[in-house]
Amino acid sequence: MTIAIDDKGARPGLPSANQITGPTPGQQLRKRIFGHYGLLIGAGILGLIFLMALSAPFLAPHDPYAQSLLARVKPPVWLGGSWENMLGTDVLGRDYLSRLMYGAQISLLIGFAAAFISGVIGTAMGVAAGYFGGKVDLVVTFLITVRLSMPVVLVALAVVALVGGSLEVVIAVLGLLLWDRYAVVMRSATMQIRQMDYVASARAVGCSTSRILLTEIMPNIVNNLIVVATLEMAHAILLEAALSFLGMGVQPPLPSWGLMVAEGKDYILFEPWLITIPGVALFMMVLAINLMGDGIRDVTAPENRN
Amino acid sequence: MLIYTIKRFFLAILVALTVSVITFSLNQLSGDPAIAMAGETASDSDIEYIRKLYGFDRPVHEQYLSWVARAAQGDLGQSFYFRIPVTDLLAERLPVSMILGVSAITFAIVLSVPLGVLAAMRPNSWLDRFALGLSVVGQAMPSFWLALMLIVLLGVMFPILPMTGSDSWQNFVMPTIVLGYYATPAIMRLTRAGMLEVLGSDYIRTARAKGLKRHTILFKHALRNAVIPVVSLAAVQFGFMLGGSIVIESIFALHGAGYLAWESIGRLDLPVVQAIVLVFSLFYIVLTFLSDLLNAWLDPRIRVS
Amino acid sequence: MSAVLEITGLKVDIPVSAGDLHAVRGIDLSVGKGETLCIVGESGCGKSLTSLSIMGLLPSRARVSADMMNFTGRPLLSMSETELSDIRGDRMAMIFQEPMTSLNPSYSIGNQLMEPLIRHRNASKDEARKRAIYLLEKVGITAAESRLNQFPHQLSGGLRQRVMIAMALMCDPELIIADEPTTALDVTIQAQILHLLAELRREFNSALILITHDLGVVARVADKVAVMYAGRIVETGRVEEVFNNPLHPYTQGLINCIPIPGKTARGSRLGSIPGIVPTLIGETQGCSFRNRCAYAGPACEIDDPVVELAPGRSYRCVLPEDQLKRQGDETIGKTGSLEAASA
Repeated sequence: MTIAIDDKGARPGLPSANQITGPTPGQQLRKRIFGHYGLLIGAGILGLIFLMALSAPFLAPHDPYAQSLLARVKPPVWLGGSWENMLGTDVLGRDYLSRLMYGAQISLLIGFAAAFISGVIGTAMGVAAGYFGGKVDLVVTFLITVRLSMPVVLVALAVVALVGGSLEVVIAVLGLLLWDRYAVVMRSATMQIRQMDYVASARAVGCSTSRILLTEIMPNIVNNLIVVATLEMAHAILLEAALSFLGMGVQPPLPSWGLMVAEGKDYILFEPWLITIPGVALFMMVLAINLMGDGIRDVTAPENRN
Repeated sequence: MLIYTIKRFFLAILVALTVSVITFSLNQLSGDPAIAMAGETASDSDIEYIRKLYGFDRPVHEQYLSWVARAAQGDLGQSFYFRIPVTDLLAERLPVSMILGVSAITFAIVLSVPLGVLAAMRPNSWLDRFALGLSVVGQAMPSFWLALMLIVLLGVMFPILPMTGSDSWQNFVMPTIVLGYYATPAIMRLTRAGMLEVLGSDYIRTARAKGLKRHTILFKHALRNAVIPVVSLAAVQFGFMLGGSIVIESIFALHGAGYLAWESIGRLDLPVVQAIVLVFSLFYIVLTFLSDLLNAWLDPRIRVS
Repeated sequence: MSAVLEITGLKVDIPVSAGDLHAVRGIDLSVGKGETLCIVGESGCGKSLTSLSIMGLLPSRARVSADMMNFTGRPLLSMSETELSDIRGDRMAMIFQEPMTSLNPSYSIGNQLMEPLIRHRNASKDEARKRAIYLLEKVGITAAESRLNQFPHQLSGGLRQRVMIAMALMCDPELIIADEPTTALDVTIQAQILHLLAELRREFNSALILITHDLGVVARVADKVAVMYAGRIVETGRVEEVFNNPLHPYTQGLINCIPIPGKTARGSRLGSIPGIVPTLIGETQGCSFRNRCAYAGPACEIDDPVVELAPGRSYRCVLPEDQLKRQGDETIGKTGSLEAASA
């Protein structure tokens, strides 16, 4: 025989709301955001890079494409260079700082655009698979498996080489290749939400499928989407740099950071700063985006932290 | 277990066939492959001849079927550039990539699994923070740039390793580090997370309640369960590494399949590119198939059912 | 009867973000050879923490202190982790609430059963195997030998809990702690498992601490009862004393919640205790039951003294025994609650 002990809220240590007035959810979120150093640092660095990219047309000291054969490979100012070319000049005498600033535009553009295209594809597939299940799920899972089996770098290189390299082609190729993580994450997130009672009740009162997807499912998986989007943005930026480095991405004379590393490669023995500067810039940008992605995940779903 | 194996096997075959269709369709992207093959100076009749010779004039599905049929028999066509069978080229180049892949995944596992375990045992300790830092840096580091930095460091400033080539084991050290480090963050994070979860589980409490020794609890009861998902991840990462080898091999001039792929892409030597895409994909498929079996074998819930 | 376990003034504090959570606030317990002590209380009253602190299984951030905490005369709190692990699984063993997750999914039942004997007694695999089969039969598992090669996922919850019991008995411990061993099981299985526990306790003549929120269980198997509320023992005594003559208003409330066949009218409301448990974070003063107690007065805000009626029979309240007794009789009625509860 079991006794009905009235244990409504009977948890010492978890006082009910009328005992202690806690902070509102908004206050809690703000507190978590400002207590998360990774997120703050990431956002700070990314903000700086963003400003640098946006203000390039006004602040860049030189034309990033203006060659000067007399001023080739001038070292940056801390290696005995002049303030005229703070970060030195490249092998064609182009101002390195200006190229770096314009290069940020390319990286960010490619990151955003590729993450957006692959996000649309992957989210559509993942949500459909998670919501409808059954055959739809089987097909989507199969497509994810196929996609994962193909080596990204190799396929991207081959396609770019066959179609011809340009900014648009690189964005399209990366956008069409990087949807796998979106699909995986969105599928499992949707599956979880789908089992919630409020989705069942929405169906019970006769909401249409599209209405349920938009008002019940999407708001609850959007933070997962943002996290994946940041990580995929970083991924796309790294891949573009690698493709450009291998000569099958953005084409010269565009100042892609990957391309800048490739162009400085032959001077690696004597002028290693030629590859260090764009490399560090690339590293900082990807680091900042990743820190932000991790931070958003921690802040929006604190119960999932370990 | 047998039914599971058969199911997974058919799935693998289906994936492989789909991959082969995609790989084959790379052909169609370039417009007319006959023109690319014939070169810029070729006359119309030369192009027509090549088109007939390679069967480019036949319907696409027929071309695909004969390509797959020959590929299944180990005939991957002729290299446009070298004028020798692609299979011979691969036989020469693949072993180098395999050595690199195996040593890189070994390096990654040896570095990341112990680090992940130690980090999970002492959350928030300096070691945990170090491991986290290592993985955050690793995820953001462009591998081609890390490769160049290593060349500067170990090839130029402290010249203890050869910068390029593939003649001795020393040529493999830097590529192994770069490629292995690429896989380290993911494996370490998964090991740490898995270990943390397992260490907090009820059966670890049971093991402690039995008075078992610390190392028995850790290695017998905890690690065994935490390592199951790591096995799949390591297989997946190994597959990704082959793809990544194209960047690393071209920097270190390591004469493997990745380097060959890069050269062939530059020369629009399609049969070679297709063959390498296909072989790398098949390798990934076989690898994940095997890791699924190993997983099933490690996990009695699948093994005994 | 010499005490197997003797505890006075046990406290468990857990640091949380809002301060210290005083989860167990100075309790006394003792259990002798061949005795069954039941600790009753609602979820969160500190009964599980008490049992884990005896086993030394609390996470390191929890602080455990006691005036005395002796196991067969040896102070548990001054032992090192190694010394403790020598005792755990050997001299004292524990059965947990969650049979579904308390066994390692990767190893066979036999492997896990044999571990304690091999660890503590240097037994050979063969000896351990024989003992495992013997005990599996004891806990009522048929085809014991073939079960050894099975894995946890192949067994039902009831069977797994039987395995856990067998595992606890491997080294013939002096003390067995069972923390709500039947809560996660089907009602039909619950009775079997309890019956089994009580029977094995008799047969192996060990001491048993059974933690439960089920008064029916208490009535059937306990020798002694300790009623816990908000980290304190509010009433303790021999089972018939506590059930037939409950003194603390909380105990009376609990017993009043038991429906009695033939006595509780069909469709009538079952008793319930209104209100909720107060928070135990930070310093508290006075009786923590006062906000739910019908008889609370100003004195309750200051103190809740322990009133010892006889050795092993005490309650914690400002009111005198006869007044509490009168109140109890009014709410519950005089007919023996023990028989009713164990029906």
